[in-house]
Amino acid sequence: MTAPLLQVRDLHAQYGPTRVLHGIAFEVRQGGISTILGANGAGKTTTLRAVCGMVRTQGEILLGGERIDGKPTESIVRMGVAHVPDGRGTFMELTVEENLRLGAYTRRDREQVQADFERIYRYFPRLRERLRQQAGTLSGGEQQMLAVSRALMLRPRLLLLDEPSFGLAPLVVQELFEILGEINRAEGTSMLLVEQNASLALKLADHAWLLETGRVVISGSAESIRNDEVVRRSYLGY
Amino acid sequence: MSSMDTPPSVSAMPGRGAALPGRPALPAARRKVVGLALLGILACALPFVLGNYQVFQLTLALAYAIALLGLNMLTGYNGQISLGHGAFFAIGAYTAAILMEHAGLSYWAAIPVAGLVCLVAGFLFGLPALRLEGLYLALATFALGVAMPQILKHKALEHWTGGSMGVVIIKPDPPSWIPLSQDQWLYFFTLAWTVLLFWAGWNLLRGRVGRALVAIRDQPIAAQAMGVNTALYKSLTFGVSSLYTGVAGALSAIAVQFASPDSFSIFLSLSLLVGLVVGGLASISGALYGALFIQFVPNIADQISKAAPWAIYGVFLIGFMYLMPSGVAGLVRLVRHRLANR
Amino acid sequence: MELLLHQIFAGLATGGIYASVALALVMIYQATHLVNFAQGEMAMFATYLAWSLMQAGLPYWVAFFLTVAIAFVGGILIERVIIQPVENAPVLSVVIVFIGLLVIFNSLAGWIYTYTIKPFPSPFPSGSFLDNRLLSSHEMGSMAVTLGVLALVFAFFRYTPLGLAMRAAAQNPVSSRLVGVRVGWMLALGWGLASAIGAVAGIMVAPIVFLEPNMMGGILLYAFAGALLGGIDSPGGAVLGGFLVGVLENVVGVYLGTELKLTVALVIIVAVLVVRPSGLLGKVHVARV
Repeated sequence: MTAPLLQVRDLHAQYGPTRVLHGIAFEVRQGGISTILGANGAGKTTTLRAVCGMVRTQGEILLGGERIDGKPTESIVRMGVAHVPDGRGTFMELTVEENLRLGAYTRRDREQVQADFERIYRYFPRLRERLRQQAGTLSGGEQQMLAVSRALMLRPRLLLLDEPSFGLAPLVVQELFEILGEINRAEGTSMLLVEQNASLALKLADHAWLLETGRVVISGSAESIRNDEVVRRSYLGY
Repeated sequence: MSSMDTPPSVSAMPGRGAALPGRPALPAARRKVVGLALLGILACALPFVLGNYQVFQLTLALAYAIALLGLNMLTGYNGQISLGHGAFFAIGAYTAAILMEHAGLSYWAAIPVAGLVCLVAGFLFGLPALRLEGLYLALATFALGVAMPQILKHKALEHWTGGSMGVVIIKPDPPSWIPLSQDQWLYFFTLAWTVLLFWAGWNLLRGRVGRALVAIRDQPIAAQAMGVNTALYKSLTFGVSSLYTGVAGALSAIAVQFASPDSFSIFLSLSLLVGLVVGGLASISGALYGALFIQFVPNIADQISKAAPWAIYGVFLIGFMYLMPSGVAGLVRLVRHRLANR
Repeated sequence: MELLLHQIFAGLATGGIYASVALALVMIYQATHLVNFAQGEMAMFATYLAWSLMQAGLPYWVAFFLTVAIAFVGGILIERVIIQPVENAPVLSVVIVFIGLLVIFNSLAGWIYTYTIKPFPSPFPSGSFLDNRLLSSHEMGSMAVTLGVLALVFAFFRYTPLGLAMRAAAQNPVSSRLVGVRVGWMLALGWGLASAIGAVAGIMVAPIVFLEPNMMGGILLYAFAGALLGGIDSPGGAVLGGFLVGVLENVVGVYLGTELKLTVALVIIVAVLVVRPSGLLGKVHVARV
């Protein structure tokens, strides 16, 4: 078995004096999808921010065997980690095209970037129509697609997604998750998905970790957790 | 990264402790009274041991202290940045000068009238300024400070302001039954005003008003939600702050014996800013430290660099922002705490 | 009537200067939400540098480009060394640092070069442009130069990846980091560019107002007025505002006399801030509680 792409061991994280993560551990397999579940305030978003170097951390974060904890965000991005933040982080005043171009900012291969635009349009055809529109005028669902596309323009090894279903209509969310699955199968992009919507996440992912106030309380394969009624009812609410 | 480190932060202006009441136990209060008494004795004794020129300099320093207290009320306690307070200093100076020279008013009466004129002027400027936050207010007041000399020189006002030449004031004599020199008399006159205005300011700032000002500075929306009439307070603060600065300008003009447009350039406003920063924001004692600084340090700065004293000022400004954002008053407070906790 | 026309054209010429400085101000404002009060003095200092280079024997255009390059590097250094440490400090602290820079530059210039007014050469032939009676050659030339610079800057921001990254960093630093943009260096670049633009403005205006340490004070005020009038967060607005203010200044000067010109700037500033703080082309910001 190949080493996992992302390995997190004994991760602590804090905002100023407030500690939010208390020694969590999880991993993302090469080409796999891991999901981190939990209620509001459990520390899910902090976990993603920690991987990206956006909060103060202690503990180990390894990407492809290399330590990335302590590195600045910009460097981690250049190592192939693309983060779709909560709230999407769209550049509201720039056009859709400019948003996508920014996704490829660190890349040097011009023609491939152009080819990637085409790939994106195949997954999200609506973006091609809205190419010259100001990103802030897009609907919530379209902005989410734009955010994912922007991340994909990096050709990332690892895609981090923070609550992609948030604020979106159920049908849109369904569509989005199907596309994410497709991307994972076709491109082999590893993903770390943070979600409140547990049922959706467990359908997409292959492994899951459940966070409660900054600690991992349950972990296992997505299938086993899905099938465990006790866990589902007590922790996941369905 | 740093934005993630700090919890949602309120503008962390230093020196707030001085404004808030609730200082503990009697010993500290008694120490304060003793300290003030000593200061008072020193202030009264000095003019008798120093020469006339130094007494004159101290008089100017006192006037600056009043101006700085005014500016501190507005900027330190209430968070409204003014880069143009020199304009109110000028208005006060010219009002007193014109009243004394053209209307024959005695200097006793001229001071409060100058103050009142500035109160109104400041309030009126404060009204449109209500809509301006931090930076924009800084801009508007900067423009005021830069434009003031030009306004003062304008032909339409020349009859009163004397145009570029300004207005000359005749130095007042002490009452015949008091055996003091002119400079000493002016010093005590200014000292009396200083004590009065500082006492009034101290009362204002340590009570409800002070708390309201700080609340408006730090969390204006919450303050409003709690029933503080933000607009009224802010405009009034502008007015009162201008009153103080205007009185200072009037006192200073009498001491210097003239008022001319070029003494009120933007550099005066910037001097006041330097005094505010060096002395300490939101601190009453800071006004004193700052005043001493801007009155006496130019001499020292001159010695360091003959031709670029303002460059030294600039370095001081930047240095204080990095190293001592609470100013000298903050440093003194720190030292006192350390000593008290031994 | 001809006097009025002449004033309008002259206003457009000086308006180009104001537009350039206004653009420099807006660039820094967009990235940091701060107004660089020291912009004028930095430009003045750069102009003195150009003067020194020319005194040393360098031909005009060599001195021009060398100065612009030095100003560019200087701007970057100032941002990295002096501004960056107080980046997250409260507004008042940063304003004070800017004022500190202002007085340092002003005082240094006075110290090194004295306060004597010096003439500054113009690269354009003296006399009127093609014998018309509305514009001198220098006014025409300086308009061309400033417009050229503005056009270059716009093209840079609109069409280059680096320009895009700088715009992104100004609008949304967090998201910019997530695409790998080094936000700190984008800020520094912004300062460098603003500084370079200011230098061009100073060099173009010096022949008209003569070189002395306080020459940019009034111009800075007009640039503020222009930037505010056009919209402090809109580069296009800043440029438009700069030209408008230039024309207004001259036209008002015809009717009210030239001694009140600075007061005009003050009035414009206060009026804009009170009536429509977002300016003509800026966006109205709603602050969510």
